[in-house]
Amino acid sequence: MSTGYRIVKKEVYSSVTYMWEVEAPDVARAAQPGHFLMVRINEEGERIPLTVADFDRQRGTVTVVIQAVGKSTREMMALAEGDSILDFIGPLGEASHIQKRSKVILVGGGLGVAPVYPQLRAYKELGSTTLSIIGFRTKALVFWEEKFRAQSDELHIATDDGSYGHKGFVSQVLQMLLERHRDTEEVVAIGPLPMMRVCCDVSHPFGVRTMVSLNSIMVDGTGMCGSCRVTVGGKLKFACVDGPDFDGHQVDFDELMRRQRRFQREEQESLQQYEEECRLLGRTA
Amino acid sequence: MTTVKTIHTIPTGRTPMPEQAPQVRATNFEEVALGYTLPEALREADRCLECKKPRCIAGCPVGIDIPGFIRAIAQQDMRRAYEILRQDNPLPGVCGRVCPQESQCEVRCIVGIKAEPVCIGRLERFAADYAMAHFEAETPSMAPAGKKAAIIGSGPAGIACAADLARAGVDVTIFEALHMAGGVLKYGIPEFRLPKSIVDREIALLKQMGVTIELNTVIGKLFTIPQLMQEKGFDAVFVGTGAGFPKFQGIPGENLNGVFSANEFLTRVNLMRGFRHPEYDTPVGMGRQVAVIGAGNTAMDCARCALRMGAEAVTVVYRRTQKESPARAEELHHAMQEGIQFQWLTNPVQILGNADGWVSGMECIRMALGEPDASGRRAPVEQPGTNFVIPVDTVIYALGTRANPIIAKSTPGLKTNQWGYIELDEQTGMTSLPGVFAGGDIVTGSATVILALGAGRRAATGMLQYLGLRPAEASAEARAAKTGA
Repeated sequence: MSTGYRIVKKEVYSSVTYMWEVEAPDVARAAQPGHFLMVRINEEGERIPLTVADFDRQRGTVTVVIQAVGKSTREMMALAEGDSILDFIGPLGEASHIQKRSKVILVGGGLGVAPVYPQLRAYKELGSTTLSIIGFRTKALVFWEEKFRAQSDELHIATDDGSYGHKGFVSQVLQMLLERHRDTEEVVAIGPLPMMRVCCDVSHPFGVRTMVSLNSIMVDGTGMCGSCRVTVGGKLKFACVDGPDFDGHQVDFDELMRRQRRFQREEQESLQQYEEECRLLGRTA
Repeated sequence: MTTVKTIHTIPTGRTPMPEQAPQVRATNFEEVALGYTLPEALREADRCLECKKPRCIAGCPVGIDIPGFIRAIAQQDMRRAYEILRQDNPLPGVCGRVCPQESQCEVRCIVGIKAEPVCIGRLERFAADYAMAHFEAETPSMAPAGKKAAIIGSGPAGIACAADLARAGVDVTIFEALHMAGGVLKYGIPEFRLPKSIVDREIALLKQMGVTIELNTVIGKLFTIPQLMQEKGFDAVFVGTGAGFPKFQGIPGENLNGVFSANEFLTRVNLMRGFRHPEYDTPVGMGRQVAVIGAGNTAMDCARCALRMGAEAVTVVYRRTQKESPARAEELHHAMQEGIQFQWLTNPVQILGNADGWVSGMECIRMALGEPDASGRRAPVEQPGTNFVIPVDTVIYALGTRANPIIAKSTPGLKTNQWGYIELDEQTGMTSLPGVFAGGDIVTGSATVILALGAGRRAATGMLQYLGLRPAEASAEARAAKTGA
């Protein structure tokens, strides 16, 4: 590969979660919290939207955290530090509209922990009191605890199985914090769709604005294909150019969750084929 | 060559274009029209009367010297034929395939008055393909003019603008948002109508002229236009971003699984090579019974792609009649030959879904043509009580596009009209911002490749004037400016 974007650092957080720090000085210069990227690793690859998890303008790098769920993300996990990927396009979408809040709760679930981080840091820089909740299925999957702790006035960790921190879901911790901190001005919740939806249901009775980041299926990521369309407040929106951040209380999560299953069959087929190839070649998938 | 050609001495009928048989081509993505052989091209070139006052040129949005290039073919001077084409059109291989010649140059052909017009488009394609197969590209050497121009978008408008600027010695960089250059020629028009290798080789020639292409660069996001001019040292900017923002109808069921915009469907199939899934990773996600809404060229492309992707039945639904259909006659004809079904005077009222949220059918209503509307076309009127359901599992919207908002949002002071299209000064071709020009679909709304080329060339003329450079080929520019739009 003559051109491309080099993975300068790779960290593996679990059997399925990994971090890439990618050399892309122009993207790093323009990136803001809330932005996303389109990534394609090779000629045959698909374009995958990934939310910006961090950026370092001095180093000229952008960080993403990825979960190996399908063929492409497994293939990506097999890449090593020093390897290059073909396309790394961004920053895309509207940056998060971050304004000083006296108190804000930031909730990250699983992979969503990563994109919450730059928002947390931005709120902290503005002088907001930051209460963070990060949740994982189990202790072995926890990442960025220290990064979060450094920017949070309070950090709460939840695991589904209780192996670390609170036993249960981030939404339960959110409920508790909202009761305790009636002066909370905003909630940011990023993670799997069911988690964001429950967080929105929890915060709704408190009347606290709750922003979510929608990582819906996209092809181009620039407003061209409309694959990422989502109903927000009864209106048609494109997550790529109108979002990815939206007022979670307005999002039609039912529809979005259904739309996220559109390519399930093909994805399954691709994954099976990839696993079969890996078996034949004696590689680990 | 002493005998004078007249309508009575030339071969009467047009030389037919060799094509793949409909039943065969409906199952592959190979090019439908195979192109003239040398004898076929010579026969057709012989039909041109080489009129003293040709009318065809005025029908060409870029003002190609049509009798000139056809004469060169007739004289078997293919190099010259190609050079004549390239003078006015950086994409002859593309335009020879996708231009609506029947409503532009060929409709004005004088032979067409008494007989069938000369097949200008097929000859253009022949000359381009012949040159590519037989000649090494010559790299013209231009004296650097000491000016830098940025072109936003590598579609037809941007390519045309870049070519004219490069020819005048301007240091040109094209910024492309996608991972491939070519814009709609790559993501939109399917392989069987325009092989991507044709687009690639014409773009390669542009690079040989010294044009730099930066892929993966979304202007308005990675850099803004003010940054390009103030920080990156560009003296002028051309915005040729197209209008690819899909339109839906606003009827119930449009967000059901199985509903696509034409852009999404075509991008998955063409740009991402979804027709070769799983070798290529991007899935298309199409069902078996496909409805396409709209009857323009894009609708035909969708319908014919769907067929080639293995659809059992493909139905085009259009609220007017075949006569009002905006598609080229040839596209309609090809689609019908391949077995696409048409429901004219039919409009969708809602898309129906099953319990899992997938499309299960499309409810339509019959229409009738009423009184002419503001556009002069007879407005379609619903016929109450005629509702019926087409059993489909996939619906593709090909109702045109709107303006993409990214550039306008990120460029303070750039004037757009109420639909978001960029406004130009008619005299200079410049936008409301000094040094920033625009052309193609982002100015006019959805149009054709050749109109975008014409707009790109007009903008280049304006940019050269703005930059204080003399246009390299003033006569050709002026001709393009006069005949365009």
